[in-house]
Amino acid sequence: MSNATENLVEVQDLFMYFPVTAGIMQKRVADVKAVDGISFFIKKGETLGLVGESGCGKTTTGRCILQLYDSMKGNIIFDGTDLTKLKREQMRRMRRYMQLIFQDPFASLDPRMTAGEIIGEPLKVHGLAKGQEYRDQVAELFRMVELEPFMADRYPHEFSGGQRQRIGIARALAVRPSFIVCDEPVSALDVSIQAQIIILLERLRDELNLTYLFIAHDLSVVRNISDRVAVMYLGKIVEITSADELYANPLHPYTIALLSAVPIPDPAVDRTRERIILTGDVPSPINPPRGCNFNPRCAQAMDICREETPELKNVGGEHWAACHLVK
Amino acid sequence: MVFIARGTDFWVGSVKMATTTDERILDVKELRTYFYTQEGEVKAVDGLSYHIDKGESVGLVGESACGKSVSALSILRLIPYPPGIIVGGEIFFQGQDLLKASESDMRHIRGNRIAMIFQEPTTSLNPVLTVKRQISEALELHRGMDKEASLQETIRLLKLVGIPDAEQRAQDYPFQFSGGMQQRIMIAMALSCDPALLIADEPTTSVDVTVQAQLLEILAELRDRLGTAILVITHNMGVVARYVDRVQVMYAGRLVETAPTDELYSNPKHPYTIGLLASVPRLDSERKKSLRIITGLPPNLARLPGGCAFHPRCEYAMDRCRVEAPTLEKISETHLRACFYDADKLKKY
Repeated sequence: MSNATENLVEVQDLFMYFPVTAGIMQKRVADVKAVDGISFFIKKGETLGLVGESGCGKTTTGRCILQLYDSMKGNIIFDGTDLTKLKREQMRRMRRYMQLIFQDPFASLDPRMTAGEIIGEPLKVHGLAKGQEYRDQVAELFRMVELEPFMADRYPHEFSGGQRQRIGIARALAVRPSFIVCDEPVSALDVSIQAQIIILLERLRDELNLTYLFIAHDLSVVRNISDRVAVMYLGKIVEITSADELYANPLHPYTIALLSAVPIPDPAVDRTRERIILTGDVPSPINPPRGCNFNPRCAQAMDICREETPELKNVGGEHWAACHLVK
Repeated sequence: MVFIARGTDFWVGSVKMATTTDERILDVKELRTYFYTQEGEVKAVDGLSYHIDKGESVGLVGESACGKSVSALSILRLIPYPPGIIVGGEIFFQGQDLLKASESDMRHIRGNRIAMIFQEPTTSLNPVLTVKRQISEALELHRGMDKEASLQETIRLLKLVGIPDAEQRAQDYPFQFSGGMQQRIMIAMALSCDPALLIADEPTTSVDVTVQAQLLEILAELRDRLGTAILVITHNMGVVARYVDRVQVMYAGRLVETAPTDELYSNPKHPYTIGLLASVPRLDSERKKSLRIITGLPPNLARLPGGCAFHPRCEYAMDRCRVEAPTLEKISETHLRACFYDADKLKKY
């Protein structure tokens, strides 16, 4: 899709099936097709937004990039190295450069460790600092995420949701990564605090020259922070393009429906918008529908959509969409 | 009939025509609910007054821990004691003071005349009972239906909230439904006794945007069809914009501003409301325009700052705000706010 040298992350033909087993013999009876053949790239210093409903495979994609599953298929090229070919120990050292920020700031912090221990742990694991240097670095990390270093002795329960998410961010930054997977980092927070965290992530990206994969289920959240946005549905990418283009000129009916579901905080404007209410839920990824995955919920489905799976087609520039309606 | 002036836009396409005092479903006056904890007295709700009329839907908006949920639980007298206690105020529901009602009266009101939907459908539904059993239980208890009638009614309710294959799905257990479907079941259950008031506490916070749109559409439809008054509690100003008649903004246990929806969004007059509005990412704004934020955190309700509780986070704070707490005052017949700063000088982002 693009030349390889400027890409920090390249995902090629990624498949991740989770087996469904049954019976005493744990026989494999079906697969949950969480990620079903996707390819994309993220340039250095860029933020790619990855958007879709629950169960569409966006979190699995993020975890595949970090090599947290054994049975995935496809290649992940990180900074010129194919991660799928690395040995365990090599991969462990590589992880320093790629980190993860979790969705739930309550579940992702060990309640029995202090904030200082949580943030400092990666430094110890990777042997990056000790003694006075360790203490200085931990203090610096606190300041980086706009917390006070004196809070290092407090336990997670003493912090608010937004502050805990800052601790999670500081922990990810401790090993000075170049790439961070932000997995719904603001979904669990109040709207007012969401804005604070997004602004913090933007500032850190610019200051530390980070590259993000920013996962969310709401297109309005990724709009400000992303350079490009990929929309995922049932294990496949249905549309990917620059953020400006996606919001100005969405092509896939699913993207259009997702955009129309986002409320606008102004009743006068909101009432004039056409609202497409998608019926039903995302179909089961164990047994996806024939043809285009989206056809049972698509208002514009044609005969061909029930027969043939649409390919991701280039519609000019960097805009790709997978829909039979798109020429 | 007494007409109350509202924004002209509001009247277009609106069904409800007049608001008289005998149509007042809920009237909360000077409610104060405190919790006594090791940290001291926590004033979760501190002098809250508002009302809801018949068939009206009202949004109650504020950040986490501003007392939104506690105020709703106070209406149903579900505040755990200890540590919580309703120390003062009056709550009139259809003319009856709920704070003076006996426990057995309250049992008849809860789930029957006032129903509540909670944020987490997964934890609110009983995992070991089928959906049919959970809904029909309320019908048999409150409406005295027999088995056959309650089953028919259960299926009708499930269809009403848009559950496909209602006859079949009624036999299923909650875990067999997705989060959005579980929340629909909660709504069906809440409607089972045809309540006069439905309280929805963050009904869409744990679901996808697409499901959020479906659920809000259902609530709006029910209001129009059944005339149920609805109180929607949320932290997101965007969620309620399209669906409620009036919005009340709450901060640190009190209302800071209230107005008809159109008026509040187009003409907010409290710095906190303006901040909340600006922190919602908007699809129709310029993309690179950065979000405005309210700096700092919601206050610790056990150690409220003196004066106006919002002053440490307010860019307009004056000396007076640090010593004196503003009260709700009218800036028009239906638009009230609690702020000392000149309403015309506030910047809207």
